[in-house]
Amino acid sequence: MNDVAKHQSGRKIIKVALVGQPNVGKSALINSIGNARLKVGNFSGVTVKKEVVRFVRGDYEFKITDLPGSYSLTDYTIEERVTKKYLDEDEYDLILNVVDSTNIERNLYLTTELLALNKKIVIALNMTDEAVNEGVHINEQQLSKILGARCVKTSALKKTGIDELIDAIIETYNSKLPDLHLQFSEPFEEEIANIVDFLQAKKFQCKISLKALAIKLLREDRQAYQRFHEEPIWIELLPIINKAYQHLYLHYGTKDLEDIFNDEKNAVAKGAVAETVVFEKDNRLSLTDKIDALLMHQVVGLPIFLFMMWGLFQLTFDIGSIPMDWIDAFFVALIDGTKNFLGHTELASVIADGAIAGVGAVVLFLPNIIILFFGIALLETTGYMSRVAFLLDGFFHKFGLHGKSFIPLVTGFGCSVPAYMASRTLKNDRDRLLTLFIIGFMSCGARLPIYVLFVGAFFAEHHAGNILFLIYISGALLGILAAKILKMTVFKGKDEPFVMEMPKYRLPSFKLIWHTVSGQALMYLKKAGTFILMASVLVWFASNYPKQPELEQAYQIKIEQAADDAQAKALSNELALSKLENSYLGMIGHASEPFFAPLGYDWRMAVALETGLAAKEVVVATLGVLYGLGDDITEQHTGLIEKIRENISLPAGISFIVFVMIYLPCLAASMVFMREAGGWKYLGYLFIFTTVTAWLLSFAAFHITRMLV
Amino acid sequence: MTLDKLSKGESAIITAIHANRELKNRFNSFGLVKGARISVEERSLGKKTIRVRINKTRIALRSAEAEKIEVKA
Repeated sequence: MNDVAKHQSGRKIIKVALVGQPNVGKSALINSIGNARLKVGNFSGVTVKKEVVRFVRGDYEFKITDLPGSYSLTDYTIEERVTKKYLDEDEYDLILNVVDSTNIERNLYLTTELLALNKKIVIALNMTDEAVNEGVHINEQQLSKILGARCVKTSALKKTGIDELIDAIIETYNSKLPDLHLQFSEPFEEEIANIVDFLQAKKFQCKISLKALAIKLLREDRQAYQRFHEEPIWIELLPIINKAYQHLYLHYGTKDLEDIFNDEKNAVAKGAVAETVVFEKDNRLSLTDKIDALLMHQVVGLPIFLFMMWGLFQLTFDIGSIPMDWIDAFFVALIDGTKNFLGHTELASVIADGAIAGVGAVVLFLPNIIILFFGIALLETTGYMSRVAFLLDGFFHKFGLHGKSFIPLVTGFGCSVPAYMASRTLKNDRDRLLTLFIIGFMSCGARLPIYVLFVGAFFAEHHAGNILFLIYISGALLGILAAKILKMTVFKGKDEPFVMEMPKYRLPSFKLIWHTVSGQALMYLKKAGTFILMASVLVWFASNYPKQPELEQAYQIKIEQAADDAQAKALSNELALSKLENSYLGMIGHASEPFFAPLGYDWRMAVALETGLAAKEVVVATLGVLYGLGDDITEQHTGLIEKIRENISLPAGISFIVFVMIYLPCLAASMVFMREAGGWKYLGYLFIFTTVTAWLLSFAAFHITRMLV
Repeated sequence: MTLDKLSKGESAIITAIHANRELKNRFNSFGLVKGARISVEERSLGKKTIRVRINKTRIALRSAEAEKIEVKA
């Protein structure tokens, strides 16, 4: 059918399209293949993750493209659109269809759609071990005959059947495309046969089998019709098809061809299961049912969920603080070492106080972020996340959101960037936009450092976890409130239906979790390495220039004439401060001071917020530079927390936290938002919406706290 | 009778689905089709969402969607 692609080593390349419904262990299956190299990218035009796995077996090189999980080949979700488009338009040698053996009938529904494509197919009956435990016994030889495609029993968990599967792929690759095996009901097959007979009599040539073509015509497939319009036999074919339609309408009692075809697919799946699968009578409640009885319970389900979220944040804070101490110590030593090595020069200052201090502040919070991402990945892979959507839809729907909005919103606690991407699970544009607009209210991991810093400065250590939880929860509640207001004003309209599978609970695969967590941690670090490094150096430059030699000289003389050390130190701090105030950064801060003054911020805090538009991690780095420069860090390191406590009042601190909770996320997230929302104007709306809300609420927080304290 | 009227633990046979094409396709791919036996396993607080089961598939849907599914005992 297609030219045999050859690797330079003489190996034949087999291109495999990996297709399956969600939660069938597709990724786990290819991950269990040894010596495989994984390449992660995006499908062109969209930001759906594309994973390509390559490995070598004997004379063959495998190139497996993992297509996003799809219940069927429709346009319902963006994932399904990507899968359908790939299968229709891309080049591949065969389809590897992974099915969940424990739920074979529903999985075979997709298989019938794949068979109708008339490509070479190998079917992996995955989770065989689980199926046997549940008393589901599949006769795979019989099933292979019925479907006309090799079926191989596999278990990604137990790593069984993998070699057999690879052999089956090689065999199928080398054999010729079999005739379409799909057997529909008699009336349907009759009409197919009529069309095929006619095409055969006309000696019609076609890339796919005539039966597959006939099915396409009966399904009103647009592409097939467009092709036939140019063919002379169209005139003769048309009445045959017309007659076929009349027969089908009569037989099925409906004129909806899609209904008819769906019925047929279901009948095929049902028939195949009836002939090849034996279900042992199993009256025991499955483990999933038992767990669901508790976790999805009307009354206790929600409190359990909230408790788990609370636990996750406590863990993030308490366990995370241990490695944070080490990282902190390491960077302090590194800054000292650099300065000692390079001497007290301008270069040493830019490297140590600018670059290393900035990046150090970012790396410091890596443990927190890893723990948080780990928790979210755990919720996803165990199957709990969709339960949570069920539990929360009643509540979310009241505020104009969708139960599924929960998933992007909770991801927002980790990082806004994947959260914006996750909002794609919402099919309705209005629902999606609404969710996109309030994701920012869910405080991302990068904002955590700022909270930790301020909470550490103003509250006792044993309250820190609770205060942090309060910040996150009130941010989330604010977001939901904002959603309600937006829904009533800007996003009026019909809701997206809520229909969601609750997958079986599964023990998490730590390999897969690690895969996700390490990917996200690396992305965070990459940001630290490039973007934030640049921003830190820029902040350093803006805070050290323009130089003011006269001012320095004047102070130098005063310091030399100082009566004692204490006075000298006070004078040098004064010098540092006035140098900063007259720097570029100081100028920017002063210029925006009137805007921030009602919130109780000085120019330093204003500057920190402005640099935070680049990345939230930079806020802490900026504060570090702004408050750290007055001291000789090598001799008397007092720590940023104490600096904050000395320089910022409690009301201003709380007001600052509120502002950070609400205002525009970082540059990277803003760019992703713009792409997902579909235009610059939405970013403009988001900027205005978040800034105004942040300002008003910070203003309120400042004055209320001042009255109370 | 429509699906949303069933109480927890009850089961019935689907007789008709009155939904638009997209939703119908989605129902289809979950095995939620005419003639299938469906049972209600859980209802959330305030009966906003219900969890049903068809064969081995557990599905969550809103009462608004369940109203579109006609069933008989």
